Amino acid sequence: MSLLSISNLNLSIRQKPILRNVSLTVDAGQIVGIIGESGSGKSMTAYCVTQLLPEGLEPSGDIRFNGRDILQTSEADMCAIRGAEISMVFQEPMTALNPVHTIGQQVAETILIHEPETSKTAALERARDALNRVELHEDRFPLSRYPHEMSGGQRQRVVIAMAIALRPKLLIADEPTTALDVTTQAEILSLLTRLVREDGMGLMIITHDLAVVADMADHIHIMQKGQIVEHGPADRLFQTMQHPYSKALLAASSHVPEREQPQGETPLLEVRNVLRDYPLLRTKLFAKPESFRAVNDVSFTIRKGESLGLVGESGCGKSTLTRAILGLEEIQGGEILLSGEPVFTGKKPNRAVRRKMQVVFQDPYGSFNPRHRVDRLVTEPFHLLDSAPSDREDRIAEALRSVGLTPDDAFKYPHEFSGGQRQRIAIARALIIKPELIILDEAVSALDVSIRAQILDLLAELSETHGLTYLFISHDLSVVRSITDRVLVMQHGKIVEQGETQSVFDNPTDIYTQTLIAAAPRLPEDLRNF
Amino acid sequence: MLRYTFSRLQSLILSLVVASIVIFATVEIVPGDPASFMLGMNAQPDTIAALREQLGLDVPLWQRYLHWATGLLGGDFGTSYTYRTAIAEMIAERLWISLPLAIYALTLSTLIAFPAGILAATRRGSAADVSVMGFTQLGVAIPNFWFAMLMVLVFAINLRWFSAGGFPGWENPLLAMKALTLPAVALALPQASILARVMRSALLDTLSEDYVRTARAKGLTRRQTLWRHALRNALIPVLTIIGLQFSFLMAGAIIIENVFFLPGLGRLVFQAISQRDLIVVESVVMLLVFAVIIVNFAVDIAYAIVDPRLRGNR
Repeated sequence: MSLLSISNLNLSIRQKPILRNVSLTVDAGQIVGIIGESGSGKSMTAYCVTQLLPEGLEPSGDIRFNGRDILQTSEADMCAIRGAEISMVFQEPMTALNPVHTIGQQVAETILIHEPETSKTAALERARDALNRVELHEDRFPLSRYPHEMSGGQRQRVVIAMAIALRPKLLIADEPTTALDVTTQAEILSLLTRLVREDGMGLMIITHDLAVVADMADHIHIMQKGQIVEHGPADRLFQTMQHPYSKALLAASSHVPEREQPQGETPLLEVRNVLRDYPLLRTKLFAKPESFRAVNDVSFTIRKGESLGLVGESGCGKSTLTRAILGLEEIQGGEILLSGEPVFTGKKPNRAVRRKMQVVFQDPYGSFNPRHRVDRLVTEPFHLLDSAPSDREDRIAEALRSVGLTPDDAFKYPHEFSGGQRQRIAIARALIIKPELIILDEAVSALDVSIRAQILDLLAELSETHGLTYLFISHDLSVVRSITDRVLVMQHGKIVEQGETQSVFDNPTDIYTQTLIAAAPRLPEDLRNF
Repeated sequence: MLRYTFSRLQSLILSLVVASIVIFATVEIVPGDPASFMLGMNAQPDTIAALREQLGLDVPLWQRYLHWATGLLGGDFGTSYTYRTAIAEMIAERLWISLPLAIYALTLSTLIAFPAGILAATRRGSAADVSVMGFTQLGVAIPNFWFAMLMVLVFAINLRWFSAGGFPGWENPLLAMKALTLPAVALALPQASILARVMRSALLDTLSEDYVRTARAKGLTRRQTLWRHALRNALIPVLTIIGLQFSFLMAGAIIIENVFFLPGLGRLVFQAISQRDLIVVESVVMLLVFAVIIVNFAVDIAYAIVDPRLRGNR
């Protein structure tokens, strides 16, 4: 008998089906991957198993855990099961821990809740053991640490320690590494695998990234629109895949847009020996605050029509560098020139230069004012021009058409669009004043793989039709590899390696680059160019 | 934590010094010469000069400031121009009413607001939530002096449970508390309404945080999650409001003091201003500023106790 068996699970929110006849099993010691894009119902399946659904939702079907009928179990009994027999790890480690309690208290709480007879000291000792098991050792991570004193990856380890403290039979991990850097992601995934093997736990891992589970899971289920469309053992599934959606998903994951090689050697953007310091918090009342060097002596050039990638992990200084290039902040040394002119002059951005570059940010939800209509949103860059263009309507229509939307969309509000469409609007906003350089700051990182593939195609196409130059900033190596000609690798505010994308990825010379590339999850080799 | 407290203390002292200079400057310099104010339009120049000497107004400004400031440190506020009595005594007498009244009102307001806010947030959309929101809306809208008069009508005139005003002194603490009850309720009502609403929205925010979901996944019941995880995180905005309200209650109870004939600080300032007794105004304002700064300091320390992220480097 399986540890967890879900059969014919159905769930609707206001008559709209969210889950349709979902059936799957997880055995003890087995790693089951559930893959799907946002809205496919994969997280809802997990919440059904732990009965943590939003209030008022009643799933139907059958969920058996260890022989027990979960859907018929009372809330009080579910509280006894959650954390002790079924545990969960979530996506956002930065916010998953209570900021006002120490990590020791939070891990010990799992123990104290389920075994109230345990003394506080004994619970803290066991919390120590659990933290040791997730490789957070006493010397660097005493129990008295607070979450804000730790990085995202370390916090995720604390969440995992909380989840495994009572050695549960089933662990559900919902996008456990999506918010983490590649090297941290690799560490967390191998930690989870190790714990599964040690404890003989069942692991249900939910992700949108095929590559994450490809070499880790024993069995993979692919979900679309609330249904499991295909499933099979991980080692064979990729070869035997039949369903068009699974195939499309796989194709999209390793999608490489068709691009022409850039011509010409004219430099467009020149970054020379740039320094950017941030003042730290004042520690003494009248002393000058110390500073932190976020960008340290960075130099590079982007040629006209080129697509340059900038990769690095969070905190490496890539966002700071972006702001400096856009002239949003003053730099403390060096110079940044666009077509030979400085981007920042006399304590303020140089408008004449500023209008030649635009930016597209990561978050398609947060980067629009929700109360403005699309026509107002996309025409925002007009403030960089000396006078508003007379052909405003035509320009809006043209910009929207060039990103695959219709001119009528100008009269809608951002909430009426999906994430992918919003990112198209953001690109339209960047295009409207016909810039030469577009900076894409994690522009496709928040998108589902199939949408991401479409946006990448769109960018490739626009670069040809509009003669655009891209600076492509991302932590996602596979995306950078597919769309850039040259790549820069940044670490601790410095460029540690740069060169042709293909050669950097194939023969990285710097140790850090090697680590990054080795850590990036990948699909089985024979499927790479599917 | 020690370092944080120390840095807060530094800024507390700095604020006090700055505030005392500003108050001294505005009151002493701007309206002209207190001596000619006191003696009226037709006073002889030599009479004015004599009074100036008597009041110590003939020495340079900075010396007067130093004299005044060091006097304050030693609890010597000077002598009232009008009453010719020590201001420290006058203030102490009034403070014994205003401070207990403020604490009383704040306690009541907190005791009403916390349960109401928590109830409304945990049963969002329920009848309890709707009625809490309705009552607090009303509480914010009703002017407190009108509510005070209404209470006087009901509880003092009709039911005769309380006296309609006045203060019997602290010889019998029970009677004194009784005399402060109606004013405290009148002051607490709008404060409690605001506080309950802040509590509710802060709690609703924290209840939808990821760590609340984590706590539920650990096996905590809804109630445990609320008490152990959500409440403490919701306290920051609530503490801010409590701090502001306390400062307001100290200084702004003047209307309620008038309704209930309480000889509090508010009435003292009011009288002093109308009699141009500038040195009294100066001293009371300084005292109130001091109270506000101390309360802010206390709130800052409370923040750090509630939220470890504010404690800075350890």
